[in-house]
Amino acid sequence: MTLKLGVPSKGRLMEKTFDWFGAAGIELARTGSDREYAAAVNGLDGIELVLLSAGEIPRELAAGRIHLGVTGSDLVREKLGAWQEKVTELAPMGFGHADLVIAVPRCWVDVNTLDDLDAVAAAFRANHGYRLRIATKYHRLIRDHLRIHGVADYQLVDSQGATEGTVKNETAEAIADITSTGETLRANHLKILSGNPVHKSQATLFKSRKADWTGGDRATLKKLCTKLGIDG
Amino acid sequence: MTDKARVRTEAARLLGFFEAHGASVVEADILQPAETLLDLYGEDIRARAFVTQDPVHGEAMLRPDFTVPVVQMHMADGAEPARYAYMGEVFRKQEEATHRASEHFQVGYEVFDRTAPLEADAEVFALIKEVLEPLNLRAATGDMGLLLAAVRGLKTTERRKAALLRHIWRPRRFRALLDRFAGRAALPKGRDALLAQDDPLDTSAPHIGLRSTSEIADRVEALREDAAAAPISAQEVELLDDLLALRETTGHVLEHLRDIAVDMPAIASAVDRLETRAEALAKRGVDIATLDFEGSYGRTSMEYYDGFVFGFYAESRPDLPPVATGGRYDALTRVLGNKNGERRDIPAVGGVIRPELILTLTEEVTP
Repeated sequence: MTLKLGVPSKGRLMEKTFDWFGAAGIELARTGSDREYAAAVNGLDGIELVLLSAGEIPRELAAGRIHLGVTGSDLVREKLGAWQEKVTELAPMGFGHADLVIAVPRCWVDVNTLDDLDAVAAAFRANHGYRLRIATKYHRLIRDHLRIHGVADYQLVDSQGATEGTVKNETAEAIADITSTGETLRANHLKILSGNPVHKSQATLFKSRKADWTGGDRATLKKLCTKLGIDG
Repeated sequence: MTDKARVRTEAARLLGFFEAHGASVVEADILQPAETLLDLYGEDIRARAFVTQDPVHGEAMLRPDFTVPVVQMHMADGAEPARYAYMGEVFRKQEEATHRASEHFQVGYEVFDRTAPLEADAEVFALIKEVLEPLNLRAATGDMGLLLAAVRGLKTTERRKAALLRHIWRPRRFRALLDRFAGRAALPKGRDALLAQDDPLDTSAPHIGLRSTSEIADRVEALREDAAAAPISAQEVELLDDLLALRETTGHVLEHLRDIAVDMPAIASAVDRLETRAEALAKRGVDIATLDFEGSYGRTSMEYYDGFVFGFYAESRPDLPPVATGGRYDALTRVLGNKNGERRDIPAVGGVIRPELILTLTEEVTP
């Protein structure tokens, strides 16, 4: 049996993942032509590399089709209900940092906190006849966060891209999105609510609790963890 | 018989019980329009109900409860007074408690009656108690009407009372607001700085979005009013805390509530109603001397209970959810009846039983 390791199939996330394993003496590399999604592992036997879209790695881990996977900690929490029952975090990888934040128009001088947002949502609903709209693709994380903080009278509207533009386009009153520098938010006349971000995300190596772990797979994982200097 | 067939048979037995006591049996669609439920319960319901898509009618939900469709059906064409019974599955996502079933049977009984609401409260409770009698369950009761009356009677601004009433079903949020209005907790970050400015609305930021400049100005004005208002007195907060902490038998609680009402006259008529209801319960054979009353009962359920609330629990099995729950939900009928400028409401009280829990417990008693 081979242990299947899922890694992002393209872009900086893939390169940084290769570098991270490389620094521990495990060489990951794409093989074949530029366009062929095939890859190989050198430096440790018994591992098969699977190239996947970062967004699909949580699902593959939860289904047990891969043993290990590299993806954003935000994606695991967003896409998997009761994620701790399905995967465990083996190691934060120190790149791909981004914060999930809630942002409102900068002209809302009266709004700095979730507390303010809640009060504004109540007044907005009374004035406009519908619940204040927050555009996001992080439905689960935002809904949980707002429930814990007792925010009511809002609705989430789905936005899969260009989310920062929805307020100006009047399809939402506020937004929730991932940001690393806040540059795009500022350019679109938005400000981040004060306090901790909803989630501080980074690329993370996850282990599936649902995969079929044979004795050989466990031995391979142990060797891998020793090389990486982490607890299995 | 399979488990599900046995549950259905038990549900039919319960339905027959309510029918024999004068209820009309009604049905409700499994697919419910999502918009109505979202407007009522807020976005949280998405985490608890199964959402699906109809190509023509848009978003739909697998019914998370019968209350909403039964109220809608009654408001559309029901004669008054009315007594309904129903049975069927309800569907709830169990994201955090994955061991709990995501669909289960409910049998319910609902009373729509304007003439004698306290009598109706007692009727629903006593009927459910009667049908569950062999299981020897513990009943817990409460009355959201007391807390609502206490908040409405606070000596503070209307805005503060409205904010507290809006979060009365979210205890943590309610507590945070109360602490702030009582001057025991700091203002949210940035509030002082905002109000210290001569013209807070003077900003370099361009105006974007549907929330208008005048809405922002109104809120700044409201914040100024709030900053100038006197804190809610420590004595009033203490009385509210007393009310919320009550855990006594119904017999004893009345005496205690009379004491609180001396300092908080706003709850006096709610206490009168509690007493009248207790008498109505006693007439139906409920032992008031041992019936538990909890001041906070009913605050964390997602239903819109705003009066009498109750639940029946198996003390030998604390791992099980309550076998039956119910209460008065006049506010819900007000929200559902307030469509297209029409304002209608109907006092309503009801409860639901989970037949599969009865089977679970019965099998424990007689193996």
